[in-house]
Amino acid sequence: MIAIIDYQAGNLTSVVKAVRFLGAQSVVVTQSPQDLLQAGKILLPGVGHFRSTELLNTLGLTAAIRQAIAAGIPFLGICVGLQWLYQGSTEATETHGLGHFAGRCERFPATLAGERVKSPHVGWNSLESIRPGSRLLCGVPSGSYVYYTHSWRAPLSPDTAAETVYAEAFTAAVERGNVMGVQFHPEKSADVGLQVLKNFLTL
Amino acid sequence: MLTKRIIACMDVHNGRVVKGIQFVDIVDAGDPAELAHRHARAGADEIVLLDITATHEGRATILETVKRAAAELFVPFTVGGGVRSAEDARAVFDAGADKVSINSAAIARPELIAEIGSSFGAQAVIVAIDARRAPNSSNPAGRAEVFVSGGRKPTGRRVLDWAVEAEQRGAGEILLTSMDCDGTRAGFDCELTRLVSQAVQIPVIASGGAGSAAHFAEVFFHGQADAALAASIFHFGITDSRALKAEIAAAGVPLRLPC
Repeated sequence: MIAIIDYQAGNLTSVVKAVRFLGAQSVVVTQSPQDLLQAGKILLPGVGHFRSTELLNTLGLTAAIRQAIAAGIPFLGICVGLQWLYQGSTEATETHGLGHFAGRCERFPATLAGERVKSPHVGWNSLESIRPGSRLLCGVPSGSYVYYTHSWRAPLSPDTAAETVYAEAFTAAVERGNVMGVQFHPEKSADVGLQVLKNFLTL
Repeated sequence: MLTKRIIACMDVHNGRVVKGIQFVDIVDAGDPAELAHRHARAGADEIVLLDITATHEGRATILETVKRAAAELFVPFTVGGGVRSAEDARAVFDAGADKVSINSAAIARPELIAEIGSSFGAQAVIVAIDARRAPNSSNPAGRAEVFVSGGRKPTGRRVLDWAVEAEQRGAGEILLTSMDCDGTRAGFDCELTRLVSQAVQIPVIASGGAGSAAHFAEVFFHGQADAALAASIFHFGITDSRALKAEIAAAGVPLRLPC
Protein backbone atom coordinates (compact mmCIF):
# COMPACT_ATOMS: atom_id res chain seq x y z
CA MET A 1 0.00 0.00 0.00
CA ILE A 2 1.23 3.46 -0.95
CA ALA A 3 0.32 6.09 1.62
CA ILE A 4 0.11 9.64 0.31
CA ILE A 5 0.00 12.12 3.17
CA ASP A 6 -2.68 14.79 3.00
CA TYR A 7 -1.72 17.77 5.12
CA GLN A 8 -3.81 20.20 3.11
CA ALA A 9 -0.85 21.75 1.33
CA GLY A 10 -1.90 22.22 -2.23
CA ASN A 11 -3.72 19.54 -4.14
CA LEU A 12 -2.78 15.91 -4.25
CA THR A 13 -4.66 15.03 -7.41
CA SER A 14 -1.63 15.11 -9.68
CA VAL A 15 0.50 12.93 -7.42
CA VAL A 16 -2.28 10.40 -6.93
CA LYS A 17 -2.92 10.30 -10.68
CA ALA A 18 0.74 9.70 -11.49
CA VAL A 19 1.10 6.95 -8.89
CA ARG A 20 -2.00 5.19 -10.17
CA PHE A 21 -0.87 5.64 -13.77
CA LEU A 22 2.32 3.78 -12.85
CA GLY A 23 0.25 0.83 -11.78
CA ALA A 24 0.13 1.17 -8.00
CA GLN A 25 -2.80 -1.03 -7.00
CA SER A 26 -3.42 0.26 -3.53
CA VAL A 27 -3.13 3.99 -2.92
CA VAL A 28 -4.48 5.66 0.18
CA VAL A 29 -4.59 9.42 0.72
CA THR A 30 -4.39 9.72 4.45
CA GLN A 31 -4.02 11.76 7.61
CA SER A 32 -3.81 8.68 9.81
CA PRO A 33 -0.61 7.68 11.67
CA GLN A 34 -1.77 4.03 11.58
CA ASP A 35 -1.90 4.06 7.77
CA LEU A 36 1.71 5.24 7.64
CA LEU A 37 2.90 2.41 9.84
CA GLN A 38 1.15 -0.14 7.65
CA ALA A 39 2.28 1.40 4.36
CA GLY A 40 4.78 -0.14 2.00
CA LYS A 41 5.81 3.31 0.81
CA ILE A 42 5.11 6.81 2.07
CA LEU A 43 4.83 9.89 -0.12
CA LEU A 44 4.78 13.42 1.27
CA PRO A 45 3.80 15.80 -1.52
CA GLY A 46 3.20 19.47 -0.99
CA VAL A 47 3.43 22.85 -2.55
CA GLY A 48 2.95 26.09 -0.78
CA HIS A 49 4.11 27.45 2.55
CA PHE A 50 6.54 25.66 4.84
CA ARG A 51 4.27 26.54 7.77
CA SER A 52 1.63 24.14 6.45
CA THR A 53 3.86 21.24 7.55
CA GLU A 54 2.90 22.05 11.15
CA LEU A 55 -0.26 20.05 10.54
CA LEU A 56 1.95 16.95 10.46
CA ASN A 57 2.64 17.50 14.16
CA THR A 58 -0.95 18.34 14.96
CA LEU A 59 -2.13 15.12 13.34
CA GLY A 60 0.50 13.04 15.10
CA LEU A 61 2.08 12.17 11.78
CA THR A 62 5.61 13.34 12.55
CA ALA A 63 6.13 10.63 15.16
CA ALA A 64 4.62 8.02 12.85
CA ILE A 65 6.93 9.12 10.03
CA ARG A 66 9.98 8.81 12.32
CA GLN A 67 8.85 5.34 13.29
CA ALA A 68 8.16 4.32 9.68
CA ILE A 69 11.55 5.63 8.56
CA ALA A 70 13.28 3.76 11.37
CA ALA A 71 11.44 0.62 10.26
CA GLY A 72 12.95 1.04 6.78
CA ILE A 73 9.81 2.06 4.92
CA PRO A 74 10.79 4.01 1.79
CA PHE A 75 9.82 7.67 2.17
CA LEU A 76 9.70 10.31 -0.56
CA GLY A 77 9.10 14.03 0.02
CA ILE A 78 8.21 16.25 -2.91
CA CYS A 79 8.87 20.02 -3.02
CA VAL A 80 7.90 21.29 0.45
CA GLY A 81 7.93 17.59 1.36
CA LEU A 82 11.67 17.55 0.64
CA GLN A 83 12.23 20.80 2.52
CA TRP A 84 10.50 19.41 5.59
CA LEU A 85 13.11 16.62 5.76
CA TYR A 86 15.67 19.31 6.68
CA GLN A 87 15.94 21.14 10.00
CA GLY A 88 13.77 24.02 8.92
CA SER A 89 13.24 26.85 6.49
CA THR A 90 13.61 30.60 6.65
CA GLU A 91 10.10 30.71 5.18
CA ALA A 92 8.70 29.87 8.63
CA THR A 93 11.47 30.00 11.22
CA GLU A 94 9.22 28.88 14.08
CA THR A 95 8.24 25.70 12.21
CA HIS A 96 10.57 22.75 12.72
CA GLY A 97 11.37 20.31 9.97
CA LEU A 98 12.02 16.63 10.59
CA GLY A 99 15.77 17.26 10.75
CA HIS A 100 16.58 14.01 9.02
CA PHE A 101 18.97 15.91 6.78
CA ALA A 102 21.31 18.59 8.04
CA GLY A 103 20.81 22.18 6.99
CA ARG A 104 18.12 24.73 6.55
CA CYS A 105 16.17 25.80 3.47
CA GLU A 106 16.67 29.36 2.32
CA ARG A 107 15.11 31.66 -0.25
CA PHE A 108 16.82 32.29 -3.56
CA PRO A 109 18.86 35.49 -3.42
CA ALA A 110 17.19 38.53 -5.03
CA THR A 111 20.35 39.20 -7.01
CA LEU A 112 23.50 37.34 -7.87
CA ALA A 113 26.62 39.15 -9.10
CA GLY A 114 24.48 42.18 -9.82
CA GLU A 115 22.02 40.18 -11.92
CA ARG A 116 18.39 40.03 -10.89
CA VAL A 117 17.19 36.56 -9.88
CA LYS A 118 13.49 36.05 -10.48
CA SER A 119 11.62 34.20 -7.79
CA PRO A 120 9.84 31.80 -7.73
CA HIS A 121 12.05 29.56 -9.84
CA VAL A 122 9.46 28.28 -12.26
CA GLY A 123 9.99 25.97 -15.18
CA TRP A 124 12.06 23.13 -16.54
CA ASN A 125 15.61 22.97 -15.31
CA SER A 126 18.24 20.27 -15.62
CA LEU A 127 19.42 17.67 -13.13
CA GLU A 128 23.19 17.77 -12.79
CA SER A 129 25.83 15.72 -10.98
CA ILE A 130 23.50 12.79 -10.41
CA ARG A 131 25.10 10.60 -7.78
CA PRO A 132 26.05 7.21 -9.18
CA GLY A 133 24.19 4.54 -7.30
CA SER A 134 21.19 6.75 -6.47
CA ARG A 135 18.25 4.38 -6.38
CA LEU A 136 15.75 7.17 -6.85
CA LEU A 137 17.42 8.53 -9.98
CA CYS A 138 18.37 5.19 -11.50
CA GLY A 139 18.20 5.43 -15.29
CA VAL A 140 17.88 9.22 -15.30
CA PRO A 141 20.76 10.79 -17.24
CA SER A 142 22.41 13.99 -15.98
CA GLY A 143 21.05 16.92 -17.96
CA SER A 144 17.48 15.58 -17.87
CA TYR A 145 14.86 18.28 -17.45
CA VAL A 146 12.37 18.38 -14.61
CA TYR A 147 9.71 20.90 -13.62
CA TYR A 148 10.20 23.25 -10.68
CA THR A 149 8.09 25.85 -8.94
CA HIS A 150 9.51 27.13 -5.64
CA SER A 151 11.23 30.05 -3.94
CA TRP A 152 13.06 28.22 -1.14
CA ARG A 153 15.59 25.46 -1.66
CA ALA A 154 17.74 23.06 0.30
CA PRO A 155 21.52 23.41 0.55
CA LEU A 156 23.98 20.98 -0.95
CA SER A 157 25.27 18.31 1.39
CA PRO A 158 26.81 14.82 1.18
CA ASP A 159 23.23 13.47 1.00
CA THR A 160 22.53 15.42 -2.20
CA ALA A 161 21.72 12.96 -4.99
CA ALA A 162 21.40 15.54 -7.76
CA GLU A 163 21.88 19.27 -8.14
CA THR A 164 20.16 21.94 -10.14
CA VAL A 165 21.58 25.38 -10.80
CA TYR A 166 19.42 28.45 -10.42
CA ALA A 167 21.44 31.43 -9.26
CA GLU A 168 23.54 28.82 -7.44
CA ALA A 169 23.49 25.04 -7.17
CA PHE A 170 20.90 23.61 -4.79
CA THR A 171 19.69 20.14 -3.85
CA ALA A 172 17.40 18.84 -6.57
CA ALA A 173 17.21 15.40 -4.99
CA VAL A 174 18.35 14.07 -1.63
CA GLU A 175 18.73 10.45 -0.70
CA ARG A 176 20.12 8.51 2.22
CA GLY A 177 19.01 4.95 2.70
CA ASN A 178 15.23 4.76 2.56
CA VAL A 179 14.66 8.50 2.92
CA MET A 180 14.44 10.56 -0.25
CA GLY A 181 13.23 13.89 -1.47
CA VAL A 182 12.93 15.82 -4.69
CA GLN A 183 12.55 19.58 -4.98
CA PHE A 184 11.07 19.27 -8.47
CA HIS A 185 7.64 17.88 -9.26
CA PRO A 186 8.05 14.37 -10.68
CA GLU A 187 4.30 14.16 -11.26
CA LYS A 188 4.64 17.12 -13.64
CA SER A 189 8.00 16.29 -15.21
CA ALA A 190 6.80 14.13 -18.10
CA ASP A 191 8.72 10.88 -18.75
CA VAL A 192 11.69 11.80 -16.55
CA GLY A 193 9.42 12.44 -13.59
CA LEU A 194 7.50 9.23 -14.13
CA GLN A 195 10.80 7.35 -14.16
CA VAL A 196 11.71 8.83 -10.76
CA LEU A 197 8.34 7.90 -9.30
CA LYS A 198 8.59 4.44 -10.80
CA ASN A 199 12.01 3.99 -9.23
CA PHE A 200 10.53 4.90 -5.87
CA LEU A 201 7.48 2.67 -6.27
CA THR A 202 9.61 -0.33 -7.20
CA LEU A 203 12.07 -0.01 -4.30
CA MET B 1 20.03 25.72 -16.75
CA LEU B 2 16.50 27.02 -16.48
CA THR B 3 14.88 26.83 -19.88
CA LYS B 4 12.30 29.06 -21.48
CA ARG B 5 8.88 27.47 -21.61
CA ILE B 6 6.73 26.93 -24.68
CA ILE B 7 3.11 26.76 -23.59
CA ALA B 8 0.30 25.40 -25.70
CA CYS B 9 -2.98 27.14 -25.00
CA MET B 10 -6.46 25.94 -25.74
CA ASP B 11 -9.27 28.45 -25.71
CA VAL B 12 -12.37 26.43 -24.95
CA HIS B 13 -15.92 27.38 -25.82
CA ASN B 14 -18.82 25.00 -25.17
CA GLY B 15 -16.41 22.12 -24.60
CA ARG B 16 -14.52 22.62 -27.87
CA VAL B 17 -11.17 24.22 -28.55
CA VAL B 18 -11.68 27.35 -30.61
CA LYS B 19 -9.50 30.09 -31.95
CA GLY B 20 -10.49 33.65 -32.65
CA ILE B 21 -8.65 36.57 -34.17
CA GLN B 22 -8.30 39.54 -31.84
CA PHE B 23 -10.90 37.92 -29.59
CA VAL B 24 -13.60 37.54 -32.28
CA ASP B 25 -14.34 35.35 -35.37
CA ILE B 26 -14.20 32.00 -33.62
CA VAL B 27 -13.46 28.71 -35.42
CA ASP B 28 -13.40 25.12 -34.13
CA ALA B 29 -10.01 23.47 -33.47
CA GLY B 30 -10.93 20.19 -31.76
CA ASP B 31 -11.42 18.31 -28.51
CA PRO B 32 -9.59 19.77 -25.47
CA ALA B 33 -8.55 16.46 -23.92
CA GLU B 34 -7.25 15.08 -27.19
CA LEU B 35 -5.37 18.27 -27.99
CA ALA B 36 -3.86 18.56 -24.50
CA HIS B 37 -2.36 15.12 -24.79
CA ARG B 38 -1.21 15.69 -28.33
CA HIS B 39 0.56 18.90 -27.29
CA ALA B 40 2.22 17.24 -24.30
CA ARG B 41 3.43 14.35 -26.43
CA ALA B 42 4.77 16.80 -29.00
CA GLY B 43 6.89 18.51 -26.35
CA ALA B 44 4.83 21.43 -25.06
CA ASP B 45 6.31 22.40 -21.68
CA GLU B 46 2.97 23.30 -20.25
CA ILE B 47 -0.70 23.27 -21.19
CA VAL B 48 -3.21 26.04 -20.56
CA LEU B 49 -6.95 25.66 -20.94
CA LEU B 50 -8.93 28.89 -20.96
CA ASP B 51 -12.69 28.75 -20.80
CA ILE B 52 -13.13 31.89 -22.85
CA THR B 53 -16.87 32.14 -22.48
CA ALA B 54 -17.01 31.64 -18.73
CA THR B 55 -16.86 35.20 -17.52
CA HIS B 56 -19.36 36.99 -19.68
CA GLU B 57 -21.86 34.17 -19.77
CA GLY B 58 -21.43 33.50 -16.08
CA ARG B 59 -20.89 29.79 -16.58
CA ALA B 60 -19.03 27.67 -14.14
CA THR B 61 -15.72 26.34 -15.34
CA ILE B 62 -16.11 23.27 -17.44
CA LEU B 63 -14.88 20.83 -14.86
CA GLU B 64 -15.60 17.69 -16.82
CA THR B 65 -13.49 18.92 -19.70
CA VAL B 66 -10.72 19.75 -17.26
CA LYS B 67 -10.92 16.32 -15.74
CA ARG B 68 -10.69 14.60 -19.09
CA ALA B 69 -7.83 16.81 -20.24
CA ALA B 70 -5.92 16.34 -16.98
CA ALA B 71 -6.13 12.57 -17.11
CA GLU B 72 -2.66 11.15 -17.76
CA LEU B 73 -1.28 14.63 -18.43
CA PHE B 74 2.10 14.78 -16.71
CA VAL B 75 3.14 18.31 -17.50
CA PRO B 76 1.90 21.45 -15.71
CA PHE B 77 -1.72 22.21 -16.50
CA THR B 78 -3.33 25.60 -15.98
CA VAL B 79 -7.04 26.32 -16.15
CA GLY B 80 -8.63 29.73 -16.45
CA GLY B 81 -12.10 31.11 -16.96
CA GLY B 82 -14.91 31.45 -14.49
CA VAL B 83 -12.78 31.19 -11.34
CA ARG B 84 -14.27 33.81 -9.03
CA SER B 85 -13.67 32.38 -5.59
CA ALA B 86 -11.34 30.08 -3.67
CA GLU B 87 -14.10 27.44 -3.90
CA ASP B 88 -14.15 27.74 -7.71
CA ALA B 89 -10.38 27.34 -7.65
CA ARG B 90 -10.61 24.27 -5.42
CA ALA B 91 -13.01 22.61 -7.85
CA VAL B 92 -10.58 23.25 -10.70
CA PHE B 93 -7.65 21.85 -8.71
CA ASP B 94 -9.70 18.83 -7.71
CA ALA B 95 -10.45 18.24 -11.39
CA GLY B 96 -6.70 18.02 -12.01
CA ALA B 97 -5.39 21.52 -12.68
CA ASP B 98 -2.04 22.56 -11.19
CA LYS B 99 -2.59 26.28 -11.50
CA VAL B 100 -5.52 28.56 -12.05
CA SER B 101 -5.47 31.65 -14.16
CA ILE B 102 -7.64 34.52 -12.96
CA ASN B 103 -8.40 37.63 -14.93
CA SER B 104 -11.64 39.64 -14.63
CA ALA B 105 -12.36 38.24 -11.17
CA ALA B 106 -8.99 39.43 -9.87
CA ILE B 107 -9.61 42.94 -11.16
CA ALA B 108 -13.06 42.94 -9.60
CA ARG B 109 -11.79 41.62 -6.28
CA PRO B 110 -7.99 41.62 -5.97
CA GLU B 111 -8.16 39.80 -2.59
CA LEU B 112 -8.95 36.67 -4.61
CA ILE B 113 -5.26 36.33 -5.50
CA ALA B 114 -4.26 35.90 -1.85
CA GLU B 115 -7.31 33.80 -1.05
CA ILE B 116 -6.35 31.17 -3.59
CA GLY B 117 -2.65 31.50 -2.81
CA SER B 118 -3.13 30.90 0.89
CA SER B 119 -4.69 27.48 0.26
CA PHE B 120 -2.78 26.35 -2.80
CA GLY B 121 0.41 28.41 -2.79
CA ALA B 122 1.39 31.42 -4.85
CA GLN B 123 2.80 29.14 -7.54
CA ALA B 124 -0.74 27.98 -8.28
CA VAL B 125 -2.08 31.45 -9.07
CA ILE B 126 -1.52 33.02 -12.46
CA VAL B 127 -2.92 36.48 -12.97
CA ALA B 128 -3.87 36.89 -16.62
CA ILE B 129 -3.84 40.37 -18.04
CA ASP B 130 -5.46 41.24 -21.35
CA ALA B 131 -3.63 44.34 -22.51
CA ARG B 132 -4.32 46.85 -25.20
CA ARG B 133 -1.83 49.57 -26.14
CA ALA B 134 -2.87 53.18 -25.73
CA PRO B 135 -2.69 54.25 -29.39
CA ASN B 136 -3.11 57.95 -28.75
CA SER B 137 -0.49 58.11 -26.04
CA SER B 138 3.11 59.14 -26.55
CA ASN B 139 3.97 55.90 -24.74
CA PRO B 140 1.51 53.32 -26.16
CA ALA B 141 3.11 50.29 -24.47
CA GLY B 142 3.87 51.96 -21.16
CA ARG B 143 0.31 53.27 -20.98
CA ALA B 144 -1.27 50.00 -22.14
CA GLU B 145 -4.63 49.40 -20.53
CA VAL B 146 -6.10 46.32 -18.84
CA PHE B 147 -9.27 44.91 -20.42
CA VAL B 148 -11.57 42.34 -18.83
CA SER B 149 -14.48 40.13 -19.76
CA GLY B 150 -12.69 38.48 -22.64
CA GLY B 151 -11.34 41.77 -23.88
CA ARG B 152 -14.73 43.43 -24.00
CA LYS B 153 -14.44 45.93 -21.17
CA PRO B 154 -11.77 48.56 -20.61
CA THR B 155 -10.85 49.08 -16.95
CA GLY B 156 -8.93 52.33 -17.08
CA ARG B 157 -6.08 50.57 -15.28
CA ARG B 158 -2.50 50.60 -16.50
CA VAL B 159 -1.09 47.16 -17.27
CA LEU B 160 2.18 47.93 -15.50
CA ASP B 161 0.44 49.06 -12.30
CA TRP B 162 -1.83 46.06 -12.23
CA ALA B 163 1.04 43.62 -12.84
CA VAL B 164 2.95 45.08 -9.89
CA GLU B 165 -0.13 44.98 -7.68
CA ALA B 166 -0.87 41.39 -8.68
CA GLU B 167 2.66 40.41 -7.70
CA GLN B 168 2.37 42.19 -4.36
CA ARG B 169 -0.89 40.42 -3.70
CA GLY B 170 0.80 37.08 -4.22
CA ALA B 171 0.47 36.08 -7.86
CA GLY B 172 2.95 33.38 -8.87
CA GLU B 173 3.11 34.31 -12.54
CA ILE B 174 1.74 36.89 -14.95
CA LEU B 175 0.14 35.78 -18.20
CA LEU B 176 0.28 38.83 -20.42
CA THR B 177 -1.86 38.75 -23.56
CA SER B 178 -1.50 41.48 -26.10
CA MET B 179 -4.94 42.08 -27.57
CA ASP B 180 -3.33 44.04 -30.36
CA CYS B 181 -1.25 41.06 -31.45
CA ASP B 182 -3.56 38.19 -30.50
CA GLY B 183 -4.42 35.93 -33.41
CA THR B 184 -2.44 37.95 -35.92
CA ARG B 185 0.53 35.54 -36.04
CA ALA B 186 2.60 38.67 -36.66
CA GLY B 187 4.75 38.41 -33.53
CA PHE B 188 4.46 39.10 -29.80
CA ASP B 189 4.35 42.57 -28.28
CA CYS B 190 7.98 42.45 -27.16
CA GLU B 191 8.07 46.02 -25.91
CA LEU B 192 5.10 45.59 -23.60
CA THR B 193 6.35 42.19 -22.43
CA ARG B 194 9.74 43.64 -21.55
CA LEU B 195 8.19 46.48 -19.58
CA VAL B 196 6.11 44.06 -17.53
CA SER B 197 8.98 41.61 -17.09
CA GLN B 198 11.20 44.37 -15.74
CA ALA B 199 8.47 45.65 -13.42
CA VAL B 200 7.96 42.37 -11.56
CA GLN B 201 10.10 39.62 -10.01
CA ILE B 202 7.74 36.78 -10.92
CA PRO B 203 7.80 34.98 -14.25
CA VAL B 204 6.00 36.56 -17.18
CA ILE B 205 4.32 34.48 -19.85
CA ALA B 206 3.97 36.32 -23.16
CA SER B 207 0.88 35.64 -25.20
CA GLY B 208 -0.65 36.85 -28.41
CA GLY B 209 0.82 36.98 -31.87
CA ALA B 210 2.98 33.85 -32.17
CA GLY B 211 3.42 32.97 -35.83
CA SER B 212 6.94 31.63 -36.20
CA ALA B 213 9.98 30.39 -34.31
CA ALA B 214 11.57 33.79 -34.82
CA HIS B 215 8.73 35.42 -32.92
CA PHE B 216 9.42 33.21 -29.90
CA ALA B 217 13.14 33.96 -30.00
CA GLU B 218 12.34 37.69 -30.16
CA VAL B 219 10.03 37.63 -27.17
CA PHE B 220 12.57 35.68 -25.11
CA PHE B 221 15.54 37.87 -26.07
CA HIS B 222 13.94 41.29 -26.51
CA GLY B 223 10.77 40.83 -24.51
CA GLN B 224 12.57 39.14 -21.58
CA ALA B 225 9.69 36.70 -21.32
CA ASP B 226 10.14 33.61 -19.16
CA ALA B 227 7.63 31.64 -21.17
CA ALA B 228 5.63 32.13 -24.32
CA LEU B 229 2.19 30.88 -25.05
CA ALA B 230 0.57 30.15 -28.34
CA ALA B 231 -2.57 28.52 -29.61
CA SER B 232 -3.38 28.61 -33.30
CA ILE B 233 0.19 27.97 -34.37
CA PHE B 234 -0.22 24.49 -32.89
CA HIS B 235 -3.86 23.64 -33.49
CA PHE B 236 -3.99 23.93 -37.22
CA GLY B 237 -0.99 21.78 -37.95
CA ILE B 238 1.28 24.67 -38.89
CA THR B 239 3.89 23.04 -36.73
CA ASP B 240 4.13 20.91 -33.63
CA SER B 241 5.93 21.87 -30.45
CA ARG B 242 8.85 19.56 -31.16
CA ALA B 243 9.66 21.06 -34.56
CA LEU B 244 8.97 24.56 -33.28
CA LYS B 245 11.22 24.09 -30.24
CA ALA B 246 14.05 22.74 -32.35
CA GLU B 247 13.85 25.84 -34.49
CA ILE B 248 13.71 28.22 -31.51
CA ALA B 249 16.62 26.41 -29.85
CA ALA B 250 18.61 26.82 -33.04
CA ALA B 251 18.19 30.56 -32.54
CA GLY B 252 20.03 30.23 -29.22
CA VAL B 253 17.15 30.00 -26.75
CA PRO B 254 17.63 27.46 -23.92
CA LEU B 255 14.75 24.98 -24.19
CA ARG B 256 13.85 21.55 -22.87
CA LEU B 257 15.22 19.31 -25.62
CA PRO B 258 14.89 16.52 -26.51
CA CYS B 259 11.39 16.12 -25.29
